[in-house]
Amino acid sequence: MMRPLTIALAGNPNSGKSTLFNALTGGRAHVANYPGITVDKKEGRLQGVPHKVRVVDLPGAYSLTAYSREELVARDMLALERPDAVVDVIDAGSLERNLYLAVQLLELGAPLVLALNMMDEATKRGLKIDSAKLGRLLHLPVAEVVATKGAGVPELTQIVTDYAAARAQNPGPWQPLVISYGPDLDLVIDAMSKAIEQARFLTDRYPARWVAIKYLENDTPVMDEGRKAGAIGARLETMAAKAAAHCNGTLDTYPEAIIADYRYGFISSILKGGVLTRDDRLDRIEFSDKIDRLLTHTLFGPVIMLGVLYLVYQITFSLGKFPMDWLQAFFDWVGEAVQTGLPDGLLRSLLVDGIIAGVGGVMGFVPLVMLIFLLIAILEDSGYMARIAYMLDRVLRTFGLHGCSVMPFIISGGIAGGCAVPGIMASRTLRSPKERLATILTAPFMTCGAKLPVFILLTSVFFPGNQTPVLFGMTLLGWVMALGVSWLLRATLVRGKSTPFVMELPPYRLPTWRGLVIHTWERTSQYLKKAGSFILAVSIVLWAAMTFPGLPADREAAFEAQKTEIAAKIDALAPAGSAEEAPAQDGAASAAVETEGRGAAPTPASPDDAKKEAAEAPERAGNDAAAAPAPAGDETVESLKAKLSDLDNAKAAETLASSLAGRLGTALEPVSKLAGFDWRTNIALVGGLAAKEVVISTLGTAYSLGKVDKEDMAPLSEMLSAEGKTVWAGLALMVFILIYPPCVPSIVSIAKETGSWKWSAFSMTFNTVLAFLLATAIFQLGTALF
Amino acid sequence: MNQSQSLRLLKLGEKARITRIVADGELGRRIRDMGLVPGAEVEAIGRAPLKDPVALRVKDFTLSLRNNEADLIDVEVLEA
Repeated sequence: MMRPLTIALAGNPNSGKSTLFNALTGGRAHVANYPGITVDKKEGRLQGVPHKVRVVDLPGAYSLTAYSREELVARDMLALERPDAVVDVIDAGSLERNLYLAVQLLELGAPLVLALNMMDEATKRGLKIDSAKLGRLLHLPVAEVVATKGAGVPELTQIVTDYAAARAQNPGPWQPLVISYGPDLDLVIDAMSKAIEQARFLTDRYPARWVAIKYLENDTPVMDEGRKAGAIGARLETMAAKAAAHCNGTLDTYPEAIIADYRYGFISSILKGGVLTRDDRLDRIEFSDKIDRLLTHTLFGPVIMLGVLYLVYQITFSLGKFPMDWLQAFFDWVGEAVQTGLPDGLLRSLLVDGIIAGVGGVMGFVPLVMLIFLLIAILEDSGYMARIAYMLDRVLRTFGLHGCSVMPFIISGGIAGGCAVPGIMASRTLRSPKERLATILTAPFMTCGAKLPVFILLTSVFFPGNQTPVLFGMTLLGWVMALGVSWLLRATLVRGKSTPFVMELPPYRLPTWRGLVIHTWERTSQYLKKAGSFILAVSIVLWAAMTFPGLPADREAAFEAQKTEIAAKIDALAPAGSAEEAPAQDGAASAAVETEGRGAAPTPASPDDAKKEAAEAPERAGNDAAAAPAPAGDETVESLKAKLSDLDNAKAAETLASSLAGRLGTALEPVSKLAGFDWRTNIALVGGLAAKEVVISTLGTAYSLGKVDKEDMAPLSEMLSAEGKTVWAGLALMVFILIYPPCVPSIVSIAKETGSWKWSAFSMTFNTVLAFLLATAIFQLGTALF
Repeated sequence: MNQSQSLRLLKLGEKARITRIVADGELGRRIRDMGLVPGAEVEAIGRAPLKDPVALRVKDFTLSLRNNEADLIDVEVLEA
């Protein structure tokens, strides 16, 4: 007979709202995003009651104005969904400020229940709260809780369900609280309310008086609604403007300020009547102050902070390495198994190089995402994150960023070896939208762990003996680019005054395990659900681009013919290669492979040459075989096998060159030459979009070296050295790789975190252009001047 | 009665009462949301290593704001 009841949970940030939400719902929540924006929408089911009661966690907010997305979302949910009860979670330790939101909820008419949280802490600080009296004065139920310990939670559950059930049975209109705003405003508010009621403007959603107050508070979303509604909007705006002019002229203040004054006045009149008494003998936040004296000390503060940031980085990547290696080993194993289990062909290639590599790529980030969110949760819940923002604000605001931007930067590779995916996700700690956007767009400039092996390879080729300083220079350049571009963005596309810094420094608290685990799990599952599928899809698209259209049939046939021929020879020779000889020859064989690999140079200068050469390769192999009538000493099984593997490599190189990516690389050569990149480099760079370390393996394939391992890049580095590229070409390439669009997982993360693919598209275009301009400048100037 | 001065000039450990706030728009709203209204008592309890922002004790909690934001708030210093 009864529809399920709905309860909304509101409250200030740092009021322990999430902890109470977990305590009420047993920690099982469904997390989604509000459409179009990245504010979490958390829903759970109330525990300990027989029937279904929905609990919706509203975003933390200090008031119901519409300046932040969080506040707007909270307000819309209340107005549109009309929950049966609203629990306002209040930090009992700062009752006065917390009641500011409660009063606004009451003015909206919300059926409110107050949950005074952290009562233990408040008592320790010498605050005495008469909650029964508070409830009598405000005409609403009040419950005392300590959410971290679960104290008072069953009682609150009971109170809220009873209250909501009673409301649901007598669903009259909401009864808004009426506060007097003084002689100057009350008259205007009354006149405006009448006009609003006559025009029935928004009266289905908000009390008329509330809408009138919003006009006096210059509330943009409400005023936009008014403009859409026609005459009434213009009329209200005129009335509000007149009131504002009056306040400005006679009282030298704004209507918003008067409204806030009266709200605080209302609150203190309630608290003064014996609701709140202080024991002034106790220094109230003494413990936190003492810690702050050290942790935000002029000298020790920054030193400790650097230590903490370094530790977060170290823990994430050193601890994350193990599960990442296991996952990689697992997916390699699966790949090998499929490789041997299936015949050569498209299906195998799709499974191994497309799907398994893609899933592996998605899963590989999971340990990092989990660890970084665990550590961020510790920093946030303990209160230290706010201190980081406090100490770094002066520096980062110069670049249009926020003090909290430092964490995403460090995680993305501000200390070389990070990863942009968890870095971009770490930007969630920023509550200022513009600063957050600038952080997300610039964090991928850092030297992430995938760029690092590419840089190591390139420095070994172009800067032998100076590898360390050059690597360090690249890391620094990452910072310069991130800060510089962010400054540029904040002056152009993401322009706007810096978000006010007015921010609470919450008292230091010990995080609870339960809270940390839940928080970490929610973030990780969101990553898998939201980003995972996209990353996989794009990995497959990239695989297709590097595979299709494939070799022309005649070339394919030529390769196959050569292979069959050699295979036949091996079969013929097999009985001759005696069993005792085989182990001894193993070393010789691999040495042979290496020399043959080097022997493949001189490198062809153009794709056409490459094709010609690749075309000759099988013939040469065949001719060699034919020319020497198989003298047993010269043509062993091993040398034939080496030839076979060369043949495979040549085929892979030619397939790559004729693929979509290869053609793109070739087509771009006339332009990319300006920066010193040949067509092979271009292909490798396209491949690098999947993940930057792919640059190495793609280069390996393009140079017919077969599979090049991250651990052993010697053959490739020799090949590059032999080509005689200049130092400037090398430097240009490194700078390009540092700056050009982040890998696919990062691009997907950018879209998911900004809520728009538009920014991903921007990031790809802008970064490519910037990277190319810089690379060209380095190559051209370097070549011309030195 | 003491003379009004900018909140920026408040020394560490000094207590003061807010007399006037001239911020409007988002900044004004944020300041008021945090309980900074005329009549409220504040105490400067710390400064960031680069002397900006400043940490204030307001009633029962601590908040931080930038010097250029503090410029918009006038206070009168209270006797210790």
